[in-house]
Amino acid sequence: MSPTQDAQLDPQLVLEEMKKNGATHVVWLPDSETNFLYQLMQADPSLRLVPVSREGLAFSIAAGLANGGRTPVILIQNTGLMESGDSLRGWAIGLQIPVVMMVGYRGWTRHGVNADSAATYTERFLNAFGVTYYLVETSADAPRISIAFEEAKRTRRPVAVLMADEYHGFNR
Amino acid sequence: MFPTADMLRIFQAHRGDAIVVPGRGARHWQQISTRATRDVPLGDPAMGGHAGFALGLALARPADRVVLFDSEGDLLMSLGILPTVAELAPANFYHFMLDNECYATTGGQPVPNAKNVAYDVIARGAGYPRAFAFDALDRFAASLPSILGQPGPVFVALKIVPEVENVPIGQRVRWQTRTRDRVLADLRAELGVGG
Repeated sequence: MSPTQDAQLDPQLVLEEMKKNGATHVVWLPDSETNFLYQLMQADPSLRLVPVSREGLAFSIAAGLANGGRTPVILIQNTGLMESGDSLRGWAIGLQIPVVMMVGYRGWTRHGVNADSAATYTERFLNAFGVTYYLVETSADAPRISIAFEEAKRTRRPVAVLMADEYHGFNR
Repeated sequence: MFPTADMLRIFQAHRGDAIVVPGRGARHWQQISTRATRDVPLGDPAMGGHAGFALGLALARPADRVVLFDSEGDLLMSLGILPTVAELAPANFYHFMLDNECYATTGGQPVPNAKNVAYDVIARGAGYPRAFAFDALDRFAASLPSILGQPGPVFVALKIVPEVENVPIGQRVRWQTRTRDRVLADLRAELGVGG
């Protein structure tokens, strides 16, 4: 693996982390951070994709799946997460749903200077709801996804994984 | 328009062992249902989400029939759920919707364009293979066996009499007999789901 590849996040690794933790359904809305992951998931018969047209819908769907004995993952962008505040509160936190939210971190720059308010407010939003989050920037960070799954299960709460890399380097 | 409780009594005769998400009909349903552990009265976790929750249950439990009593106020907040249901097409999902043309729990203010929305047409346009609308109880009663006798997803809009609440929330009489946590624990036990 070249230094450049090593500094990126391999979507195959992300998919393997999800499968390793028993994910059965991915409730998702497309975003530019996770498109390559979507293409991999689409080709994987062990995962069922549940497409939504607004991110807030993902939380009640995940709540139904979880109470029916499945392991959903929510795959959305930070912009939609922020619009979903009441659904996150009521359907995920309120119903104690152990769900990992893979959140595309639009606007993230690791040097702390960004030109996108979506990035500015993402962590503040999660902190306001008391949602734990793990930053995943490169393939070396991928094991943090398992940590998120374990924490969600143990605490019966949603836990976020901030996907802080657009695979094609859009944010760099 | 017809009373919610009368409609639910008709449904009860055809319920079988369906999981029922009674939505805003829960106050009446809990007095009519004979299978409480397969009922999922959640109150109002966050408005607009009942259809998503019921869809998730239906996807998770394909061998179980899931019947939802949605409301038009909830659905208007999340119309995007309709194409999601239609694409996934769970054959065990029966989507009923109570339309009282208003936000009854906040004092009866009308929903947008309250008297002129054809929800069955919206559902059909979103891709539901079958959709119906009823404003008379006898027609609903006559059609229900056929509606439930075919695979889902199906959408059924029901014009119901508003039961407007104007009492301040803190002074309302609590009708729930189980907490939300208890409801979900009972359901998971019924379904043999751990956690």
